[in-house]
Amino acid sequence: MRAAVVVFPGSNRDGDAMRALRQATGREPDRVWHADADLPAGVDLVMLTGGFSYGDYLRCGAIAARAPVMDAIRKHAARGGLVLGVCNGFQILCESGLLPGVLMRNADLHFVCRMQHLKVERAAAPFTQRYAQGQVIKVAIAHGEGNYEASDDEIAQIETEGRVAFRYCDENGNVGGAANPNGSRNDIAGIYSERFNVLGLMPHPENLIDPLVGGTDGRSLFDSLAAFRPAA
Amino acid sequence: MKARVIVTLKSGVLDPQGKAIEGALHSLGVDGVASVRQGKVFDVELESNNADGARAALEQACEKLLANTVIENYRIELA
Repeated sequence: MRAAVVVFPGSNRDGDAMRALRQATGREPDRVWHADADLPAGVDLVMLTGGFSYGDYLRCGAIAARAPVMDAIRKHAARGGLVLGVCNGFQILCESGLLPGVLMRNADLHFVCRMQHLKVERAAAPFTQRYAQGQVIKVAIAHGEGNYEASDDEIAQIETEGRVAFRYCDENGNVGGAANPNGSRNDIAGIYSERFNVLGLMPHPENLIDPLVGGTDGRSLFDSLAAFRPAA
Repeated sequence: MKARVIVTLKSGVLDPQGKAIEGALHSLGVDGVASVRQGKVFDVELESNNADGARAALEQACEKLLANTVIENYRIELA
């Protein structure tokens, strides 16, 4: 598994992403600059990390989504390559059209920064094969704009096709209600593309890979990716 | 030539910021405010004076960047 981490002006979780990928894959990920027109040859996974690319100017992720490297990432995804967007990375994937919908301001207008339980809604995907279907995991969230919104038709399509990756829940796995931190439609925390090779999620699995910082529930996502072998 | 682009949320899209402003206006004692929706205004200066060309360029700007047409509408006003 060869991974690349994209750095935009204002990305700030790229170090965490590099660390999680290094731990899981046993090799150093490539760091890719937003102005690069190409990805390093042989890359299997491209990760867009958290932060505040371009200061969140205009809309979160809007300017990063138009960066030169995004054309290369679009081609990579079209070839079936894996793309993972976390937090600002999820916002960028929505703005770039690689995932449907948009992340809006949290319904209560507050920036939320805390631990959050998630339910694994689909374990049958390259990103989540090391989780059990329905497993409840505890990871971190830190965002002001994580309120997932899409048209009724798009939401229906995402649900029908089983493309919800994670939903917000409480520690007992009860989805929604007070456990939804931002007002997301259908308590959606993360979604897949139609071919399940692009995943965007607001929570930060890359920050829960070491017992020293409160848990390791995020590690299985990176272990899943490290174990993934694309069909030849 | 000068132009103004106005980007607003589509009706039906929840606008938490507009709601907060509406609440603040009520608490300030500003009477008669039924609702507030927040939007964006872009003042753009165009190199050419050709209205058709300007409109075409601005439409491209809106579709490509200024508006997220999933949730936003845009309006172009040429001076």
